[in-house]
Amino acid sequence: MSALAHVPTGQSAAAPPPSARRGRHRFLPYLLLLPGAAWLLLFFALPLVQLAAASLYDPSGSLSTGYALTFAFGNYPDALAAYWPQFVRSFGYAALALVLALLMGYPLAYAIAQKAGRWKNLLLVCVVAPMFTSFLVRTLAWKTILSDNGWFVGVLRDVHLLAPDGRLLATPFAVVLGLTYNFLPFLVLPLYASLERLDRRLLEAASDLYASPVRAFRRVTLPLSMPGLVAGTLLFFIPASGDYINAELLGTPNEYMIGNVIDSAFLVRLDYPQGAALSFLLMAAMLAVVFVYLRRAGTEEVL
Amino acid sequence: MRTPFRPLSRRGLLTGTLGSAALLAAGGSLAGCGTKGAQQTEAGCVSEDLSGTEKKLAFSNWPQYMDVDEKDESKRPTLDAFIARSGIQVTYTEDVNDNNEFFGKVQNQLAGCQATGRDIMVLTDWMAARMIRLGWIQKLDPAKMPNVASNLLPSLRGRSFDKDNQLAVPWQSGLAGIAYNGAVAKELRTVDELLTRSDLKGKVTALSEMRDTMGLLLQSNGHDPSNFTAAQFDDALNKLKKAVDSGQIRKFTGNDYAPDLAKGDIAACVGWSGDVIQLGFEDEKIKFVVPESGVMLWSDNMLVPNKATHKGNAEQLIDYYYEPAVAAQLAAYVNYICPVQGAQAEMEKIDPDLAANPLIFPDDAMLSKAKVFMALDEKQEREYEGKFQQVIGA
Repeated sequence: MSALAHVPTGQSAAAPPPSARRGRHRFLPYLLLLPGAAWLLLFFALPLVQLAAASLYDPSGSLSTGYALTFAFGNYPDALAAYWPQFVRSFGYAALALVLALLMGYPLAYAIAQKAGRWKNLLLVCVVAPMFTSFLVRTLAWKTILSDNGWFVGVLRDVHLLAPDGRLLATPFAVVLGLTYNFLPFLVLPLYASLERLDRRLLEAASDLYASPVRAFRRVTLPLSMPGLVAGTLLFFIPASGDYINAELLGTPNEYMIGNVIDSAFLVRLDYPQGAALSFLLMAAMLAVVFVYLRRAGTEEVL
Repeated sequence: MRTPFRPLSRRGLLTGTLGSAALLAAGGSLAGCGTKGAQQTEAGCVSEDLSGTEKKLAFSNWPQYMDVDEKDESKRPTLDAFIARSGIQVTYTEDVNDNNEFFGKVQNQLAGCQATGRDIMVLTDWMAARMIRLGWIQKLDPAKMPNVASNLLPSLRGRSFDKDNQLAVPWQSGLAGIAYNGAVAKELRTVDELLTRSDLKGKVTALSEMRDTMGLLLQSNGHDPSNFTAAQFDDALNKLKKAVDSGQIRKFTGNDYAPDLAKGDIAACVGWSGDVIQLGFEDEKIKFVVPESGVMLWSDNMLVPNKATHKGNAEQLIDYYYEPAVAAQLAAYVNYICPVQGAQAEMEKIDPDLAANPLIFPDDAMLSKAKVFMALDEKQEREYEGKFQQVIGA
């Protein structure tokens, strides 16, 4: 609803003619978009084009002689053939971490939104507070907690959940745990936002109509929290599958994810075409996953 | 109710964005077909020296690689003495954390023959070799550095990437060998034991620095890391791969193995002498071992990049650090191998224990076992590094 529509006709003599006004307003949204668009263009679109070009460089080029753009599409199958296990692992770990995070995050978000009462703000701060320290520091802290000679592993060994020479650090378990921990707030916050708006009266109505609590959850709460759930899972899954810090610090080469491979292609091996091709493959794979997911979840609102 | 303007629909915005991106892509690919070569030549990239008028110097080094005052960590005794004596204002920055990362930081400037804002940067042999190969490093004048000419250790002269000792001057050197924590592992003597002994399974790390790990493995096979063939490299790599596949090697690390070794999370590792000596001061059970088959010798080198405008000042500083007394003071703090002859005698006055330590002042017997990794050309570098990275999993 625009204010313009309410302008009484009597005042139109003092105001500029409507057509001129329309003209000015037509460009306003574009003008407002300009800073954001310029930012996107400069720091997203242009590098993306550059990366796309780099992924098609002649792989026989080198740093000293330079790379020629020969549209070497073969870089893509080559990169995939060499590193498909890391791709599979990335999505596998991220999916596993997502399941764990959902098991913890949904009840948590629900409790904060609906049951916490006056503790609500404090609990929200508790979810966000770890983000005040650096991502690296938090991951390094897990390294200490899971240390072979730490108390945690010690207790697990004592109760025989872990073999006497067993370990947690440098295992897939540690990597998935790190991913779950590091990205949990990204899942909880959007979920909280949608659960907080949940109208309790709808639940009361459901029980008045003889729905069991489980059924009320399935038919009322869950569908109403869908936008938050979809946004949260995406915000969790996308960075988690591209992450390489957790695998680097908590894992071993056998747990390395695709992010580690891209990192080493650009920084260690200086194989720019391959690194760029892998980056694009990762991006394409994620877009495909997200697209299918949104189609199935059927939530237009989050896009 | 009529809307005064057609609202921008999501679809419209997306189409518009994609359209402009496609346009840009077309433009981009027309404008720049690939990249220019990063290779520079001495004639093509000439640097000016303003040392005569500007008493300034920007020095990029690794963290904890410069002596600091015991009471006041912001004071650096040897560097402060240089500033007082020469009147040159040194901006000292600890911004080299990793050779590859640092390369990424300065790559675009140096490839385009532009200034990096640094007059001296300290980089490890192989990275120094790469930059020299690319023509990114300025030639120094030996006549202006008499201390370097007379005091540089003989085993560090005429290295394959700097035959005339004009491009790279060692800041500190070190050994890559094996180390173990006596609290969790029995004595360790050879690389083969490290890779196969069952009591160490899953408690071993190796360095992700290809030259150090592979150099030791080549030696353990009886080959010479300063001169080897592709087949010998593959042999050594297979040996490493077996240890990775069997779970003997837990992970590949940079400097971060040190706290794990101290805690006992890892029992033994391929590591650097300087780190291990420092751990050894706190816990005498942590020991550095020079394997019988041989050990790797590396250096971090002071380099003056192209377009650095204070080469004369840089030469003064480099020469200053080759005065034996200064070198001894520095070595007493950093505990790496001191590349300066005569510093051992000076060290006697500071700390006789350190002067007698063969990991700071190696004797001839140890130096005869130490090898410097062969300088690789770009093709070899990518091939070997690629194969190695496959095995270590990245």
